[in-house]
Amino acid sequence: MSALSVKHLLGIKHLDRSDIGLIFSTADNFSTILNRQIKKVPSLRDITIANVFFENSTRTRISFELAEKRLSADVVNFSASSSSVSKGETLLDTVNNILAMKVDMVVMRHPHVGACHFLANHINANVINAGDGTHEHPTQALLDAYSIRKRHGRVEGLNVLIMGDILHSRVALSNIFCLLKLGANVKLCGPPTLIPKNIESLGVAVEYNLDAALAWCDVVNVLRIQLERQKDSYFPSLREYARYYGLGLERLNRLQKEITVLHPGPMNRGVEIDSRVADHPRHSIILDQVENGVAIRMAVLYLLASDPATF
Amino acid sequence: MAKVLLEGALFELTLTRLAAQLVENHHDFSQSVLIGLQPRGIYLALALHHKLQGMLQREIAMGRLDVTFHRDDFRRRNLPLVPSALDINFSLEAKQVVLIDDVFYTGRTVRAGLEAMMAFGRPSKVELLVLVDRKYSRHLPIQADYIGIKVDTRTNEKVKVKWMESDGEQGVWLLTEDESNAK
Repeated sequence: MSALSVKHLLGIKHLDRSDIGLIFSTADNFSTILNRQIKKVPSLRDITIANVFFENSTRTRISFELAEKRLSADVVNFSASSSSVSKGETLLDTVNNILAMKVDMVVMRHPHVGACHFLANHINANVINAGDGTHEHPTQALLDAYSIRKRHGRVEGLNVLIMGDILHSRVALSNIFCLLKLGANVKLCGPPTLIPKNIESLGVAVEYNLDAALAWCDVVNVLRIQLERQKDSYFPSLREYARYYGLGLERLNRLQKEITVLHPGPMNRGVEIDSRVADHPRHSIILDQVENGVAIRMAVLYLLASDPATF
Repeated sequence: MAKVLLEGALFELTLTRLAAQLVENHHDFSQSVLIGLQPRGIYLALALHHKLQGMLQREIAMGRLDVTFHRDDFRRRNLPLVPSALDINFSLEAKQVVLIDDVFYTGRTVRAGLEAMMAFGRPSKVELLVLVDRKYSRHLPIQADYIGIKVDTRTNEKVKVKWMESDGEQGVWLLTEDESNAK
């Protein structure tokens, strides 16, 4: 197995287990490169990549941009607020204009579910989904699973808890697909208003009591409370949320074991995660996630670019 | 029927000669390192490393270099390039480097290797050692400093080097197109 089964990375749902394995083994190579003095290789030197962000992002955009530059690709950045989108241009027109400038790959974040699928159906370039609405965020799920694998040596058979705002989270959905494909056991935890109905049909369990869920898990992925999407009252107050669903150090200390803590960022310290947990030298691998993110994105870009169908 | 180019005692003798030539130029190897090119150059590098350590009775630095990300045929061939492990845990700064590969053909792998190597420091000198030199087939102005055997080949032929540890037999064979497809 030396090539991905897909031309675009739109979601984890479309990948199979061997694809994920190939991405991980390629990321191992890039991880070695990122830890040496000269962190750059010339693989994508004749490729141009457009980062098209219709929604705010700091770390995902920087991580992609760094990955592209480490592979020697030419990069153009585009953000909706400073473009013709605000003048009423359609998504397809915007992207076709960018492609007319001979761009080979598009990395896109968009607030609408399925925007990347729409794009992939209409253009020839490889499309990488960097987050579409509340749907999928595949590279985040890959780097989460990769970080877990680096810490524990495996993903299969581990009990992984995803806690927090599942309803609004694209990270949650991609993580569920990815972890299940790799053979982990997945449980969700959060207030009932923030857990989608019938989510069990995906093959995950739901637990509303955080302490019980923590006692079960080996790894916990803490999701952000998306303050910008909380116009409806999903819970009475942040203070109450922090009390019932905040990951505090006392909670971890009560457990008779050590669990690994992930957070896709940006963190609301004192809400879903306590600072002492986020900065904990043994429990937290949050900064490892950021480091692994560049290697994973390099692997995805490299593997999609090497597909003979695209050149 | 594949043609045998080198096997048995002659194969061993060639390796010993290459090791002896290296000692002539690099003396005690205190400022020299061996770098094998992944994937198949590693076996030759390991064999020479073993011989040299036996001859000199000292530790000699050896690394594995993967050139996949530096190749010039990325997106130009029908099969994806699969990287191998890269393992050089020392600096090449001011060192004399012996690059090692099994078959020397167009010279493009060596070019990629020279470029990939520069990420590990600026060597004072780089030499190239190959087991088989396919004459008159270079695409680039690169020549080897140490050569096990020189052969005349056609472009539709393939040179295959086998090693005890990976293939269960040891030697160099010349295969025709049909034979290499059948493998």
